[in-house]
Amino acid sequence: MSELCAVVGIGQTHHKSARPDVSIAGLCREAATRALDDAEMTWTDIDAVVIGKAPDMFEGVVMPEIYLADALGAVGKPMMRVHTAGSVGGSTALVAAGLLQGGIHERVLTVAFEKQSEADAMWALSRPMPFAPPTMAGAGGYFSPLIRAYIRRSDAPSNIGILVAVKDRLNALKNPYAHLRLEDISIEKVEESPMLWDPIRYLETCPSSDGACAMVLTSEAIGSRAAKPPAWVLGTAMRSEPTMFAGRDAVNPQAGKDCAADVFAQAGITNPREQIDCIEMYVPFSWYEPMWLENLGFVPDGEGWKMTEKGATALDGELPVNMSGGVLSTNPIGASGMLRFAEAALQVRGQAGEHQVDGARTALGHAYGGGSQFFSMWVVSADKP
Amino acid sequence: MIDVAVVSFAQWSAREEPARNEVEILIPVVAEAIERSGIGRKEIGFTVSGSCDYLAGAPFAFVTGLDAVGAWPPIRESHVEMDGAWALYEAWVRLQHGDIDSALVYSFGKSSLGDLPIVLSQQLDPYYQAPLWLDSISAAALQARAWLNAGHDEGEMAEVAARSRRAAKDNPNAVVSGDQSAEALLREPFLVTPLRRHDCPPISDGAVAVVLAAGDRAREVCERPAWIRGIDHRIEAHGLGVRELATSASARLAGERAGVDGVDVAELHAPFSHQEPILRDALGLSNGVDVNPSGGALAANVVMGAGLTRIGEAASRIMDGRAARAVAHATSGPCLQHNLVCVLAGDAT
Amino acid sequence: MAETTEPVTMIDTPIELRYRFTAGLAQSRFLRGVEQGRLLGQRCPQCKKVYVSPRGACAACGVPTDEEVEVSDTGTVTTFCVVNVPFYDQKMEIPYVSATILLDGADIGLMHLIQECPSEDVHMGMRVEAVWKPPEERTPSLESIKYFRPTGEPDADYESYGAHV
Repeated sequence: MSELCAVVGIGQTHHKSARPDVSIAGLCREAATRALDDAEMTWTDIDAVVIGKAPDMFEGVVMPEIYLADALGAVGKPMMRVHTAGSVGGSTALVAAGLLQGGIHERVLTVAFEKQSEADAMWALSRPMPFAPPTMAGAGGYFSPLIRAYIRRSDAPSNIGILVAVKDRLNALKNPYAHLRLEDISIEKVEESPMLWDPIRYLETCPSSDGACAMVLTSEAIGSRAAKPPAWVLGTAMRSEPTMFAGRDAVNPQAGKDCAADVFAQAGITNPREQIDCIEMYVPFSWYEPMWLENLGFVPDGEGWKMTEKGATALDGELPVNMSGGVLSTNPIGASGMLRFAEAALQVRGQAGEHQVDGARTALGHAYGGGSQFFSMWVVSADKP
Repeated sequence: MIDVAVVSFAQWSAREEPARNEVEILIPVVAEAIERSGIGRKEIGFTVSGSCDYLAGAPFAFVTGLDAVGAWPPIRESHVEMDGAWALYEAWVRLQHGDIDSALVYSFGKSSLGDLPIVLSQQLDPYYQAPLWLDSISAAALQARAWLNAGHDEGEMAEVAARSRRAAKDNPNAVVSGDQSAEALLREPFLVTPLRRHDCPPISDGAVAVVLAAGDRAREVCERPAWIRGIDHRIEAHGLGVRELATSASARLAGERAGVDGVDVAELHAPFSHQEPILRDALGLSNGVDVNPSGGALAANVVMGAGLTRIGEAASRIMDGRAARAVAHATSGPCLQHNLVCVLAGDAT
Repeated sequence: MAETTEPVTMIDTPIELRYRFTAGLAQSRFLRGVEQGRLLGQRCPQCKKVYVSPRGACAACGVPTDEEVEVSDTGTVTTFCVVNVPFYDQKMEIPYVSATILLDGADIGLMHLIQECPSEDVHMGMRVEAVWKPPEERTPSLESIKYFRPTGEPDADYESYGAHV
């Protein structure tokens, strides 16, 4: 009963550790304007605006849709702000797509952003709560024990994370918007970088970026008449599970598996390895590439690292992952999920320039957040179902 | 369009909850809403909440709310950093997709933990206005002054406060209630001119939950579902000097899109007394409409839940047969910047 | 004034907001127990699992937990990490080991620090015990346990904690 949604415009900012040349509004408009231009539309064509970002404390602005209404052309229109922790960029795209799928609007602008340089994200992430022991050390402190557990379960060789880091950073050099562009990246450079949370080294970690991403989503009718070939949204799914409960597998979370199964079923994907041409997945720490390949069902449990090791996930491999350089290269937290969704759409529209996968027709966009507990995914294709 | 109805509503609020944290407050409210809905916890198709980190002063504050829901096996779940009324809007949209037929919507918050009017000042433009620390009461006072200057008098504000307090006597979740007359209230000192304390919402802690069901499912589980006949929301320009504060253009537009006419009851989210006549006017409500029988936000104001509560209160009057058609309203941002209007009706209308 | 001035690109707007914090009924009970040198978990009436530190609800079942169960202050390391990154307001000297410890009697791990052990020796399955502050220094906080240290016992059988890694 749900309507078909089309992605007709995609835009993002030049992501950097700090963008002092723009205000928060300016950052969002940079991405939104690029998306509108790509769609060959103007602000007045838009029916509704859906924005998303991670905790407000990352910039110190409470409920920023209130401040941004004017800047995003939303005056007189419906405006929503989604917040689902790290998966938010993805969930925001899904809430926006939902408005098209539900037949509520015809053209929706969606924007996700983070301007972390305006406050202290590391502090905001690690705020010690009263009465707790001082063990928290940022997101890495939560995820590295899980990575350690994956390495133990899968018997993976210790260099897999390094291979992912080098690959993603090389891909970033082909993405003019990426934040980290490390021309001299190499296996040795990654090995020599400081160990932050054993086994995660500095160069296996995502940066903190200022950046925004935007898309223009439309109904099927408008998508069919769009100036450039749209990316059709074949499936959308969200799943959540509690942060902690007895017996929880936080390494290979059920919510991720269920979400993938749901989105693939909607998109008619029965064999992901064959039918998905490329993946943009949320990998903030290198080892999450093999971990998510397994969680998403592309390979059996324990085999994810083999894909990385044999080069299958490289830009010219059999199943490219994070062609854009991924979260490891660009991480405005609130936007990172939407960047995955947008990069997947760029691929199937043939717009990814130097980091384009030849002949990519169907791609998966993936985002996760919280304690590996919130997942949002979409499958986009050049082909209508 | 798929017909969606409110099939249950539960709430709890108090001036201050000293011992329980937000999750402990939320657990029985969610349990009650689910129990009353007649839909099993594990059958609920979609869950979405509204809350604000800055009420608790901790990032990701909404994540612990999931503990009250029993999100196992994994559930379809989302969250907006807005009043739960917008979470309900997201749920309503999701139900239009047709693959699921029920949704749980909830909000929670303890305004008593921080200095709320100061916290809300940080909603303002971070470069030009937030550094001025214009607290939410002072901002509302600016609007009240603009409204008075447009040809109204403070007696109208006192009437709203007096009527709300009287109505609140029948609301077990009211934080403020009583029999003071408008004249008596006018003798109280100003808090921030032209607002007196009774023109402002009480600090409140609490939680609220609503269950929505679609089509036949709603008819199966509820004798008198409160059908959502129209729902729309609109935002205005941010700057207080850029828009007309004495009227509410966005509430008017949302009301027109939602189709407010012929309602018996209106639950309006007017945290400040002068905002009620502004909204009545914007929604074109005649004098015969029963406004805020719950006492409204002047009686209890669980921030991030007060708008969802208006929808629940309006819906409950349809579900128990006291009203045939109702409008519920929610607001966000300084001086009614963002407004949501929801029209509910029983089967006959 | 003839000299040119640089455009303003950034202003500092310090924000200070004060909050009170409610630990909640379940946490308060737990923290009072910690002050007494005891670790009090709660059992879910539905799935029967014991939660430490308890949050008043079983997140999987969505029901309140109220049966109190005292658990041991000795347990098994299930996962851990060596923290080497400096950040604002950090209280510990780096590097330090932060671990999840499955206390004997509990069904969910507790995060705390591991000390009196070279960081490279910490491993999954290692048996550890709490090192408490002296009673007069204890407060209702997990800081009443200074850290956990190896007991010297042989590693726990994988089956006893494997579900938690």
